[in-house]
Amino acid sequence: MATRQTASLARLMRAPAIILLLIWMIVPLGMTLYYSFLNYNLLNPTGTSWAGWFNYQYFYSDPAFFDAIWNTLALVLGVLTITVVGGIAIALLIDKPIFGQGIVRILVISPFFVMPPVAALIWKNMIMHPSYGVFADIARFFGAQPVDWFAQFPLTSIIIIVAWQWLPFATLILLTALQSLDGEQMEAAEMDGAGSLSRFIHLTLPHMARAITVVILIQTIFLLGIYAEILVTTNGGPGNASTNLTYLIYRAARLNFDIGGAAAGGIIAVILANIVAVFLMRAVGKNLD
Amino acid sequence: MGRITLENVTKRFGDVEVIPPLNLDIEDGEFVVFVGPSGCGKSTLLRLIAGLEDTSGGQILIDGNDATDTPPARRGLAMVFQSYALYPHMSVRKNIAFPMRMANVDQAEQDRRIAAAAAALNLTDYLDRRPGQLSGGQRQRVAIGRAIVREPAAFLFDEPLSNLDAALRVGMRLEISELHQRLKTTMIYVTHDQVEAMTMADKIVVLRAGHIEQVGSPMDLYRTPRNLFVAGFIGSPKMNLITGPAAADHDATTIGVRPEHIKVSATEGTWKGRIGVSEHLGSDTFFYIEDTGLSETITVRAGGEIDLHHGDTVWLTPDPTKIHRFDAQGDRIA
Repeated sequence: MATRQTASLARLMRAPAIILLLIWMIVPLGMTLYYSFLNYNLLNPTGTSWAGWFNYQYFYSDPAFFDAIWNTLALVLGVLTITVVGGIAIALLIDKPIFGQGIVRILVISPFFVMPPVAALIWKNMIMHPSYGVFADIARFFGAQPVDWFAQFPLTSIIIIVAWQWLPFATLILLTALQSLDGEQMEAAEMDGAGSLSRFIHLTLPHMARAITVVILIQTIFLLGIYAEILVTTNGGPGNASTNLTYLIYRAARLNFDIGGAAAGGIIAVILANIVAVFLMRAVGKNLD
Repeated sequence: MGRITLENVTKRFGDVEVIPPLNLDIEDGEFVVFVGPSGCGKSTLLRLIAGLEDTSGGQILIDGNDATDTPPARRGLAMVFQSYALYPHMSVRKNIAFPMRMANVDQAEQDRRIAAAAAALNLTDYLDRRPGQLSGGQRQRVAIGRAIVREPAAFLFDEPLSNLDAALRVGMRLEISELHQRLKTTMIYVTHDQVEAMTMADKIVVLRAGHIEQVGSPMDLYRTPRNLFVAGFIGSPKMNLITGPAAADHDATTIGVRPEHIKVSATEGTWKGRIGVSEHLGSDTFFYIEDTGLSETITVRAGGEIDLHHGDTVWLTPDPTKIHRFDAQGDRIA
């Protein structure tokens, strides 16, 4: 698009797509914003009226609200920590030439192919179940009392499940970064007297910084909206122990049929996501330039 | 001290023997160049000395101590790589400091050595830049700086100039030679460029398929190549290697005459021919003479101002004292 004629033509040609995308984004956001200021309950749809800030006050004063925000952050941070650390470790392992490398790599990546509710159900019924889960079997083998994961450690259980699902993604991105590391640099460092730990800290980690940033940013976007795993395992309980913001909104909309309250929660979630995004970009965004 | 001795050093990759048992002595302070065509094992040999590859047999002695199983970091050798292998996220200063940081050299000493290396290599103004902001020649100097500060027993260079353009290569060649004059440290330099070998080396090791074909000073190799391979490899343009009756006249299977040892005349001489391509370089003129009745096209070097051109008929006279004779096995006849 070097010349002025082609530039304006290009602008004209791509305008429909951009306008469509803009409408696609603005209309739902605008409607959500509008609903968030209405008294709008599906149990009483004729009684719809202007509510002002009531929905926000109501959502804010809900005792579950701060629990949900805390749980959301704990979920995001917990999963990020496990996937980034674990992803680096697994990537380092499967980067080594081993017999059956192709198969091993496919197996490592396969959890990503399992859809979230299915994965959560497998974990709930086959792995973490207190009477016939694998963990219970292991506990009994060692003579210990099986742990009722979803009752005793609901949020931790969900973090484990979600981390299991996202570990392949992190591994894959970090592995490709690892493979682009220059072998001669490693040899130079070896000759310079750097042991394997020093080489990891001074060469491998800085080299992977950009990939780690990508993993953190992309995962955060998806992890803020985790919902299916909670729905099929703990239903947000016990109490509010595993309720995150998304689940709280779901509860307002689908269990209490409170469209106005759910919309207000949605807007709060958008604001929270943007706050998180600002902090993230401050913290790690400089790695992307 | 940097005396390196290789005793029956062997390297196999699986069933392939890349380096058959090989013996070599490198004296302290010597500038040794390993030269040979690509795939001759010269880089592998350097990596064996560095410790980046394990030997399949034999011993590597550094200053008389067996270093065969010593890890690379403790051999006291510094290596400069073809790709420079700088650490891209560190500034020039940190790159140079890295080996000292790893060796826990104290900060004042680090600063002193960095300043000295930077001054010697003209890097003082670039110490706070990243490698990505430097030109190829500057990056190469950083790599050398990183090697110097370790004060190694010997420097290993793995084709350090092949990523530079021609003009820069000549400049860096001089700088490395000067560095050697100044430091008087053993240097082992791998290259496929025989000009680099001739200009820099105290001792050239010509390798082919892992074998040492000849070891000697540049002029030794130039004057008395031990076989046809060395004769053809050392010297630019290549030596003319003539077989057939012309060689039989000298009781040899092959005779070799360097382009600079053939006299060109428009009127008289031993072999008559016609100028094919002529390259006028100003200082020299290279003629490629055809239709001489000899086994191949003859390359001749003449003065820059000679007034002969494509298509002219000329007579060639080889200098009889500078004819190299080789037998049927390609070995030199004394």
